[in-house]
This record gives sequence, structure tokens and C-alpha cells, in this order.
Amino acid sequence: MSSKSQEVEALVGQKYRHGFITDIESDSLPPGLDEDVVAAISKKKHEPEFLLKWRLKAFRHWQTMKEPTWAHVHYKPIDYQDISYYSAPRAPANAPKSLDEVDPKLLATYEKLGIPLHERARLAGVAVDAVFDSVSVATTFKEKLGKAGVIFCSFSDAVRNHPELIERYLGTVVPTGDNFFAALNSAVFSDGSFVYVPPGVRCPMELSTYFRINAAKTGQFERTLIIAAEGASVSYLEGCTAPMRDENQLHAAVVELVALDDAQIKYSTVQNWYPGDENGLGGIYNFVTKRGECRGRNSKISWTQVETGSAITWKYPSCVLKGENSIGEFYSVAVANNYQQADTGTKMIHIGKNTKSTIVSKGISAGHAENTYRGLVKILPSASGARNFTQCDSLLMGPKCAAHTFPYMEVKNPTATVEHEASTSKIGEDQLFYCLQRGISAEDAVNMIVSGFCKVVFKELPMEFAVEAQNLLSVSLEGAVG
Amino acid sequence: MLEICDLAARVAGKEILNGVNLTVNAGEVHAIMGPNGSGKSTLAQVLAGREDYEVTRGSVSFEGHDLLAMRAEERARAGLFLGFQYPVEIPGVNNVYLLKAALNAKRKAAGEPEVDAYDFLALIRQKMKFMQMSETFLTRGVNEGFSGGEKKRNEVLQMLVLEPKLAILDETDSGLDIDALKVVSQGVNSLRDPARAVVLVTHYQRLLDYVIPDYVHVLSGGRIVKSGDKSLAQELERRGYDWVMEPKVA
Repeated sequence: MSSKSQEVEALVGQKYRHGFITDIESDSLPPGLDEDVVAAISKKKHEPEFLLKWRLKAFRHWQTMKEPTWAHVHYKPIDYQDISYYSAPRAPANAPKSLDEVDPKLLATYEKLGIPLHERARLAGVAVDAVFDSVSVATTFKEKLGKAGVIFCSFSDAVRNHPELIERYLGTVVPTGDNFFAALNSAVFSDGSFVYVPPGVRCPMELSTYFRINAAKTGQFERTLIIAAEGASVSYLEGCTAPMRDENQLHAAVVELVALDDAQIKYSTVQNWYPGDENGLGGIYNFVTKRGECRGRNSKISWTQVETGSAITWKYPSCVLKGENSIGEFYSVAVANNYQQADTGTKMIHIGKNTKSTIVSKGISAGHAENTYRGLVKILPSASGARNFTQCDSLLMGPKCAAHTFPYMEVKNPTATVEHEASTSKIGEDQLFYCLQRGISAEDAVNMIVSGFCKVVFKELPMEFAVEAQNLLSVSLEGAVG
Repeated sequence: MLEICDLAARVAGKEILNGVNLTVNAGEVHAIMGPNGSGKSTLAQVLAGREDYEVTRGSVSFEGHDLLAMRAEERARAGLFLGFQYPVEIPGVNNVYLLKAALNAKRKAAGEPEVDAYDFLALIRQKMKFMQMSETFLTRGVNEGFSGGEKKRNEVLQMLVLEPKLAILDETDSGLDIDALKVVSQGVNSLRDPARAVVLVTHYQRLLDYVIPDYVHVLSGGRIVKSGDKSLAQELERRGYDWVMEPKVA
């Protein structure tokens, strides 16, 4: 190990000699990935040594790994050497301390995207930690959260101000070598969000982060870590959109959730990255690892996602139910239109006694899209009395799309109860005609039918998000029927 | 109001309607009867604008407009209502929400403002009471888990709220017990008006005891083979359909 760390130091030194230092003040690193790049990212972010070591360990592991091919998705091989692994918006050397210090052009972009950051935050009482191409530009409501003892900041800030929490929890849910994309993320992640809710604290507001991808050819590698200490609870919202672009973009985020005794974490996502045009050109590759660990007794982690964007989605928000009586939930709406491909689902790993999980997945396919639900319910020998309920429904719109369901179950405890329900239906010509005959336009009718189909999931979203999700859905399925 | 001339239509390559002629004037109630497979439901669906049916011949004029040139939703907004034989379930879509959307679509087409939510609720409560429907209909999904009778009541409820000029009711009486039949009939009768017309598509004479038709037509082999007044329905009830049916042509 010590020889390893010497190597690390040698590397860090080396990159100085190779002149990476001159790049530190620049906006982005040139395309390519090697240990120098990993070290440069760490250096740019003034990270402590433990983190650099951690990144390099991940990178080395990643080099030994192969890109997974089991997902039901098709895309041209990604050239990982043709991606720039770091880009920051043009800004003064020092990070802005308030919105006033933020590049007005950046704020204008947010406005264009329909996110009046301060306005929305103030009106909705939502604290927004905005990630713009890898660097946090503004964090609001910090003070109010601070009073409650809640830490909500960019990942970089957390590394600077709370390194002990990072060191204790980072990679404990998704280890560096967990999978190809998680390993890559661990090596090169640039920024993300960090939440710590101290014992007994109920977070006083919904926490929200808007992720954006902007610079061309920049892989986006977010890292999110949320910890709810004993008896704490928090609801976190993540929403994404991206501007139009032609080139495929890689996005490989990692989200880790840790719930200690009696803690609750609710994580909601509305994902609307650029899906490519109607011919399948462009669009985001979204290869995300999201996992929560119910580490404590009676803890609960709930994932709710509305996935309408990306050319390819590869995402399985999962729960590891370690604590006794802990609960995992997964509510998902995945929409794939045109040439979009979605392979998404969840894993519920039951380890503790009397653990309970619920999976409700609603897949909607239109155009030439492929929509796959892939789920694993695993009940270990230790999980006596474990229970799972799974419901997977697919809705097909038009004759050229497809839906696939791969539910895996491994039950190693005879006292467990596992239920699975699945259905596939075509958006009824009958349903559509019924609405048309009542004078409702085809577009409104489709929206109505699809919303109805998704209702049980939308119900799980925070109110303002549910409205946004519904709007997104109608935009995503525009022209899918009629 | 409605003028059907020599209408022929087929579905999946099979000729179902073969030269239907029918004129319905405002204020009239017509009953279209006939054995199974005679084309009754097809006629209703073709008039409502279902795309699976291909019109191969003929014309239909509705209030002076070329009905066949209009899309299904345009026909509905122009005042044509089809009460479905098998009303479809739309899970998760609130029954009242659909009805409100329907009413607003119609109002919008007529250049009227959208209905006020409070007024709408008052209206629908009143109509529901008339149709003897329980308040739970307000919160349930469209036909979701409704019994056959509840679905038919819901169709008539929708009709009463939308106040169509021409209502085509496709076997709205089937599957109803006698009490439900009375309620449904009462609903249909309440819509009778010199400015409106009703076409009842039915297999049995039973409904016609409660909704007295002005004309009764027998559809057989895709065309109307006999027309008469209410007494024709009674005769059909007595004698069956055989005596009026067209001989099968090979």
C-alpha cells in the first residue's frame, strides 16, 4: 500500500512537471483520460490526499473493467479518450459567494431554460444548489438550512468543509469498483451535491438541484451523497434538462444515499435530458448508478423517478435493506419516444429481518423506442419475514416500439413473500376513440390516458414536481399518436 | 339533421354496410333494430368517425355539413354523441376530469369560454342526482371498475352534460336491470327536444317501451330493409327477425 501511495505522490509531482498546472486556471482539460488527468482534476479542486488516492484506485480498477453489454440498449462504442473530463464556466478564479457574483450570462442561460433560480427558490421555498457543467455556481437558503444543522452544499464544498463526512461515507454504498460507469465516475467526478441531515432533524424544506449539461463534448460526472442520520428525514429533488445539441454526450453520475436508524430519505428525479432528434441523432447517454442503503433499523429510502429524456438511459436506483424493518420503495415512469432506449429498473436487496420493498414501474414506449424494465429482488437468508411487491406495467403507443420486462428474483429465505404483477397494454385505440368521440383532441387524449397510467407514480412526487413531470410527459410524447 | 345516402363501409376488408339510407330530422327519435351482425354498431361507429372503418360509398350530411369529411372530435364538438355499447375503462383518469375536458372542448369550438369549475360541479351533481348515481362517481376513474349498468348510466350522464344535437345510443339498454333501464330511459327522454334527435340502436324492443320511437328501422345485411313506427318493434318482438331479413346472397 505504501508503495502505492508513493506512486500517487510521484504522479502528483509528475503532473506538475508535465505542466498540468498551467491548465488548472483554464476552463477545461483537453480530451483524454489517464492518471495525470485524474490527478489534475483532484488538484484543480484542491482535494485532500485521501480523495486523490481514492480516485486513482477507482481509475486503476476502471482500466481493468469492460463496458457492460447486458443492457438492452444499442449504441456506437464510446471513445473514452475523446472526452474532456473537466470543464468549468468562465468565471473569476474564486468561486462566487452569492448570486451577484455569478456570471450574468450563466444566469441568463438558466432563465432561458425556464429556471429563474432565485425567484423559483424564493417562491417555492426550495433551496437550489445549481450544478452548471460540473461546478456549483450558486447555493441558496444555506442559512435557513444551517440553522437546522442541515448541510446542503456542492460536493466540492463538502470536500473542503466536511472532509471527515466525505471520508466516512463516500463509496460506502457504491464502491469504486462497483461497475464500469461507477468506477469511471469515482475517478473523474467533478462536482455534485452533498446533504447531511443531523440526528433527529427533519429537513425544513425540499432540497432541489438542477443539473445542466452545456459545454460540448464534456462528459458530466456528478457525485451525490446524502446522509440522513438517526431519526432524520429529507426529501431531495433532482431535475434535469439540456439544450439541443448534435453530439452524443456521456453522463455517468453516481448517487449514494445512507439512511441510519429511523431515518428517511425521499429522492425524486425528473430527468429530461436531450433525447436526440426524431431520427435518433444526438442525445445524452445516461449511465447512472443510484443506490441507497437503509443502514439503520426502521429506516426508509424511497426513489421516485420520471425519466423522459436521454438517448439511452441505463439506470437502476436501488435499495440495500440492511437495517431491520427497513423499507425500500421505487416508483418509476420511464418514457421512450422516437429512437430512445431505456433500460431501467431497480434492485431491492433484502438483508435485514422484516424488510419491505415496493416497486411500481410504468414504462411508456412510442415511435421506434425500446423500453426495458430490469429489476432484481434479492432476499438473503438473513432476511426472514421480508416482503416485496412489484408491479410493472408497460404502455405501447404505435406499432414500432417495444417493451421488455426482465424481473429477476432470488429468494433465499422461506419466510419471505414476493409478489409480482405485470401488464403490457397498447394505448387503446378504444380509449383514444372514446376521448375523441367526446370532442377531446388526440393530443389531449393521449396526455390524459398517459397521465392516468402514471398516476400512482406521480402521486409520490412532491406537488410542484408532479406538475412539472406531467408537462414533461406531454412534451415528450408530442405527436406520438394521431 | 342527419341524412345518410347509400352509405357503404367495410372493416378489415369485409363489407359491413351496404347502401344505408336514412333521414333523421330534429325532434325525432329513431330506433334501429336488427339481428346480431347486421351492421348496427358499425353504422354507429362510422357515423362517429372511427378510423378502422372504411367508407367505400355514399354520403352523410349532418346539419348541412359533410360529416364524413370531419374528424371524430370535430363531429363530437359539432354535437354528435355516441353512447358506447362497451364504454372503455381509462384507469387513473378521473371521470369528472374527462367530462369537463369534453365539455370545454365543445365550448371552445363554439367560441364559448371554459366552464367555471364551481358551476361545472353544480351541474354535474344535478345530473348525477337525476341519473341516481352516487357521489363516488366524482372521484373514480373513467369507467374504472364500473359494473355494466354503471357504465351505461355514465354514458347517459355524459350525454346529459354535453347536450348533443344528435345522440346515437348503441345498445345502451343491454345489460341493464329493469330499474337501471328506467333510469337510463328517463335520462334519454329528458333530452328529447324539438331541436335534438336521438338514434337508438337496440337489439330488443324492451327499451322502446320507455323511450317511444317515432320511427323503427330494421337493419339487415348492411342495409335498412324495413321501416315503420313503434308497432314494427312490437311485431319484431313477436315474430323475430327472420321474416324481414334479406335472403343471403352467395
